[in-house]
Amino acid sequence: MKTESYMLLLFAAFGAVICAVYWFTSYEDAGTIMLGAFGLLGLLPGGYYYWWSRRMTPRPEDDPNATHAQSAGVVGAFPSTSIWPFVLGMAALLVALSLVFGFWTAILGFTLAVSAVIGVILESRRGGVL
Amino acid sequence: MTLTAERPEVVGHPGEPEHEHGPTGFVKWITSTDHKVIGKSYLITSLVFFCMAGIMAIMMRTQLVSPDNTIVSQHTYNELFTMHGSLMLYLFAGPFAFGGIANYLVPLQVGAPDMAFPRLNALSYWLYLGGGVTMIAGFLTVGGAADFGWVAYAPLSDAVNSPGAGPDMWIVALLLTGFSAIFTGVNIVTTVFYLRAPGMTMFRVPIFTWNMVVTGILILLAFPVLTAALIMLWADRHLGTHIYSVAGGGVPVLWQNLFWFFGHPEVYILALPYFGMVTEIFPVFSRKPVFGYRGMVFATISIGALSTSVWAHHMFTTGVVLLPFFSLMSYLIAVPTGIKFFNWIGTMWRGSLKFDTPMLFAVGFLIVFLFGGVTGIFLASPPIDFATHDTYFVVAHFHEVLFGSAVFGGFAGLYYWYPKMFGRMLRESLGKASFWFMFVGFWVTFMPQYLLGLHGMPRRIAEYSASTGWTTLNRVSTAGSYLLFIAVAIMVVNAYVSWRRPIQAPANPWDGHTLEWATSSPPPHHNFYRLPPIRSERPLWDFNHPEHTVRKYEEALHGAPVAAGAGSAAAVAVAATGGPDGGDER
Repeated sequence: MKTESYMLLLFAAFGAVICAVYWFTSYEDAGTIMLGAFGLLGLLPGGYYYWWSRRMTPRPEDDPNATHAQSAGVVGAFPSTSIWPFVLGMAALLVALSLVFGFWTAILGFTLAVSAVIGVILESRRGGVL
Repeated sequence: MTLTAERPEVVGHPGEPEHEHGPTGFVKWITSTDHKVIGKSYLITSLVFFCMAGIMAIMMRTQLVSPDNTIVSQHTYNELFTMHGSLMLYLFAGPFAFGGIANYLVPLQVGAPDMAFPRLNALSYWLYLGGGVTMIAGFLTVGGAADFGWVAYAPLSDAVNSPGAGPDMWIVALLLTGFSAIFTGVNIVTTVFYLRAPGMTMFRVPIFTWNMVVTGILILLAFPVLTAALIMLWADRHLGTHIYSVAGGGVPVLWQNLFWFFGHPEVYILALPYFGMVTEIFPVFSRKPVFGYRGMVFATISIGALSTSVWAHHMFTTGVVLLPFFSLMSYLIAVPTGIKFFNWIGTMWRGSLKFDTPMLFAVGFLIVFLFGGVTGIFLASPPIDFATHDTYFVVAHFHEVLFGSAVFGGFAGLYYWYPKMFGRMLRESLGKASFWFMFVGFWVTFMPQYLLGLHGMPRRIAEYSASTGWTTLNRVSTAGSYLLFIAVAIMVVNAYVSWRRPIQAPANPWDGHTLEWATSSPPPHHNFYRLPPIRSERPLWDFNHPEHTVRKYEEALHGAPVAAGAGSAAAVAVAATGGPDGGDER
């Protein structure tokens, strides 16, 4: 976890330095804000990972000498098939199209989106199919 | 049904192939959350968009074949170059890499059963497909598709200058594909951070996956800016705000600042995955480890960081940007890119090279991208940029860079990983023919465009008069574009032949280095029944070629100046007992 956090903190440091340099050479606000936000994009997850990497139990994927036996067992739970991402995607499409064709597609879209959210939650709870 | 994925066993115990009980055909396409199915969907969809955009390019080149030509009207021509650029950049080059190839390969390369968020992954595909179809559907509206260039500069893109539903559909399409890219970026970064196999430390992750991590972070940096800028553009068009219009006290250049703050990292979002693909291909076809692994990683990270602070080199001629700052930063990017070139050549240096089709395309990428990169250094100089801005010189430059990476690099990756994805080989002879048509066609198409640019031909013009003297060069360029068309057609034929008369692909046709070749072609559900031990950045090579690992180990034992990792002993122990697996020689 340390390498990941160092990489993100490197981005944060670069963002902070370049933000300061840019501000004091150009006094242009849009770019300065975006560069500052870039620094934060590195700092927030990078800082969290660094904080967490000092507290967590070491992971076998960070151990250069780990054997497969060290992490035998379950990796995680993965959904196999689900119709709901498709429904949610089409809902998002309909909502977005309301920006072009007027509000009526959004009504349809929000209905689909709500049903997709309910569907995903129920599916995760009962582990059901399709 | 929620399935729990078990850790795959260590090599030596052949696992029982489980039978897949799942939907097939259309139902599989719309319900699968398997990263391999989604990756293939992404791949095929993006290639369809690539072919559409290619046909638009052919139409434009045909229009320009002779002076005062009227094959398409000026308005249609504007739609064509806008949609050609938009399709290629937003719907092909990016999604092909991070949605198609990376989606398929990142979990395989780090030894994971699936992406970290499979349903989010499926959602991002549907957003991408919805957005892409919306963008194309702009052609069906009364006013036609968007026609303000793929950059949509204000005030040309406002409601007065670009009325109608077509531009709005373009905006909506970019919102949707932008969200799809963000979700994919989150997914890739999380997968690499959390789902690596034991022993796969960050500095053993294949370079392609490293590049995808940096690409994912750049996506998270760039696309929200574009989304925000597009929402403000929509508000300007429909709600009467004046964010980008001078009339209401807005600033048109703000659009350019926001767009290029997205746009320049986007260029690296399009380039870095392809850098990663060729970095996988060079070592395998040179039968050597990659030269300067850590240098490659740090070069990728520095390209990622520097790409955030060069956006205004697209805006030198606006007169309101800080020229020295952006010029210097743009020059600086040449340094890590140069390191990459040095390492690619170092990888091939004294290797035993095999020029199979993927390697040919990768070498083609190297040459083509070098030319694009060098002319990029010209353009980073403000005086040269003032002279060549918005001429065909710039068109030739960015086509060399983007065609070089997305098409040469992308086809290299496609030829390299096609056996793994589809379980069958592509024909070498057709592949090589495709390469030579493409390589020759490429130079014939784009070198004349540099000269046209230097002769002053502006980009985005539908007609020119004979008195300009641009006719001959335009003819040559058009002829070259037909060669490119033939090259892509041969590629399509190749895929068709492999579909009708399949040659079964072995698990490891190229004697690969990385974990994706350790599993069957195509991989089973949840990817691996067994994994080789991971003791270096090329675990499968160590496993299939124990003689190299043993030598390294013995040299370390006898004090020879070869630094073997502390884990070599374990690798040797396992490699000596278990026979080579998945390493069928071609």
